[in-house]
Amino acid sequence: MSSPTGKSAERATGPGAHAAGSPDTPRGRSRRTLPSPLRHLLFAALGLAAVTGLLLVTGDLTALRLAAVGYTMLAVAGLQLLVGGSGQVSLGHGAFMMIGAYTMTLLVLHQPMLPIAANLLIIVAVSAVAGIAVGAATARLHGPYLAGATLILAVGLPGLTHRYHEFLGGSNGLNIRTAGAPPFLQGVFTDSEWKALVVWTTVVIGLAVLATISSGRLGRRMRSLRDDETAAAMAGVPVGKTKVVAFVIASAAGGLGGGLQAYVLGTATPSSFTLVLSLTLLAALVFGGIGSLWGALWAAVTVVYLQIWATDLARSLELGRNVENNLPVVFFGIVLILVLRFWPLGLHGALTRLGARLRPPTTR
Amino acid sequence: MTHFINLTLNGLATGAAYAALALSLVIIYQATRLVNFAQPALALVAVYTAYTVTGITGSYWLGFAAALTAGLVAGAAVERFVIRPIARVSQLNAIIVTLGLLLVVQGLVGMVWGNEQHGFRYAFSYVGRFAPSSVFALVSVGAVALLLFALYRFTPLGLRMRAAAFHPEAARLSGVRVGLMLTAGWAIASCIGALAGMLAGPPFISPNVFDVVFVYGITAAVIGGLDNPFGAVVGGLLIGLGMSYVSGYAGPELATLTALAIVVVVLSVRPDGILSRPTARKV
Repeated sequence: MSSPTGKSAERATGPGAHAAGSPDTPRGRSRRTLPSPLRHLLFAALGLAAVTGLLLVTGDLTALRLAAVGYTMLAVAGLQLLVGGSGQVSLGHGAFMMIGAYTMTLLVLHQPMLPIAANLLIIVAVSAVAGIAVGAATARLHGPYLAGATLILAVGLPGLTHRYHEFLGGSNGLNIRTAGAPPFLQGVFTDSEWKALVVWTTVVIGLAVLATISSGRLGRRMRSLRDDETAAAMAGVPVGKTKVVAFVIASAAGGLGGGLQAYVLGTATPSSFTLVLSLTLLAALVFGGIGSLWGALWAAVTVVYLQIWATDLARSLELGRNVENNLPVVFFGIVLILVLRFWPLGLHGALTRLGARLRPPTTR
Repeated sequence: MTHFINLTLNGLATGAAYAALALSLVIIYQATRLVNFAQPALALVAVYTAYTVTGITGSYWLGFAAALTAGLVAGAAVERFVIRPIARVSQLNAIIVTLGLLLVVQGLVGMVWGNEQHGFRYAFSYVGRFAPSSVFALVSVGAVALLLFALYRFTPLGLRMRAAAFHPEAARLSGVRVGLMLTAGWAIASCIGALAGMLAGPPFISPNVFDVVFVYGITAAVIGGLDNPFGAVVGGLLIGLGMSYVSGYAGPELATLTALAIVVVVLSVRPDGILSRPTARKV
């Protein structure tokens, strides 16, 4: 569907992240002559065009699902930079989505005149600040200790909505109404399609930024940290600073994803940012393939569509409410375990290997 | 003052459950260098087994025994059939698989018993200050910690388990069946996890009942040092006390974030937990 976007990402992280195929085909070399931000923006534009085309030929329901794929993908891509890039395992990514979502609803409620672009920029700023706070506090933690600390964040943060009930709406959360398509596009796009378009515009820009970071010096520094912290420090990489920066970028991407979710769904409730969300994001990332931004795409598609299919399946089999409510989670868990059992590099790893096998051997 | 004493006693009793869960995490971490996020799921299986058995037979203690057995079996099965094939490949993948397992088991429990809450009995009366059930929690966890210490220190099985964790290759050369020892470690850990579930479950159980307990358990394990069983017990009691004071004086919503603050502060001062020994490394 939106493969061009993903392709830019793959170019960016491919060589450094995992030993996939042969990146130095002639085609690849000619592409590399473009400066990296420009190349990523070009692919972003192509991706956006593809999504727009898809939106125009499909209906409202698909638009909402595509939007869900978009914001999930952005959040997972941020996590990819953090976990796959710098090697810090965060179990609290949902907390940053929650910060983004609540920032969005509060902005719409209290500053209704601000345009959506301004809202999104403010969300990036707010979640980046939250990321600095958490990242600086946890910069000394490593491995399972960091995972434990972020896990607590994911569980603890929703409790704040009960503490500040008047301001954050308690367990009912906050509801907003966001504007649909502007008047001159009323006939072309429905409101849902317009929202999906806004989401994907933001997502492709965000992905282009992430891909640029990942292919640049910062990305290289992060990967050096992931592989060997001591060696990286010896080579002059500022360890603490790079870790915090990775955390901040991931938080900003997560926050933006959450903000877009609130924009599409028109609501932010503590019950949608549970521990399960954070775990699902990380699990989906590993499932999709941790080594490249492509993985984020497979992850997002899987999370969104597996949920829908499993719910449909349970409904059509008429298995009762208990089974129906729990089938998506069980289904996801089983698929996750099986994929990791048989394809340790995730879906993207499996696809890369398949591609390498299909390619004629002369190009190697 | 009475309020303070009540909070202290309550904190110790809940802390016992956190300590048990932390202990089960630490045993598995020592054996396989893996934080077992499926631990609450295993405890969930155990507790729902107890719920069913108690419902059928009417005896709490039959249910209790069934829970511990279920924990033991589930832990061994998970290690043998799910973790071992994957842990060989990648550490991160093994962690993610325990997460997947958590999702699957929580979902399955919800499918079988429903997502709604069920009433669940305490072992003893829970009325009054320092009720029998609280005493039971503290005593049972203390006994488990001592038994564990004795197992590791004085029995051949414990020696083999330590050897398998410390240096798998050398242990294998001297005839220790390393795989079997790992399975044994997981079984013992899950059995203790089941005990934690039986202590922390009442008065109501639901598929998500252990999420928060698990968070405090992992907090306890982390501040005690993931490598140290005694650290886990101390950490559990400390977290129990801390959460009890925070909930009593400041409000229960802040308890989890306080736990985060405690973790960050403790680990900034001692990156490997309170009871860690500084590790010397040859360069």
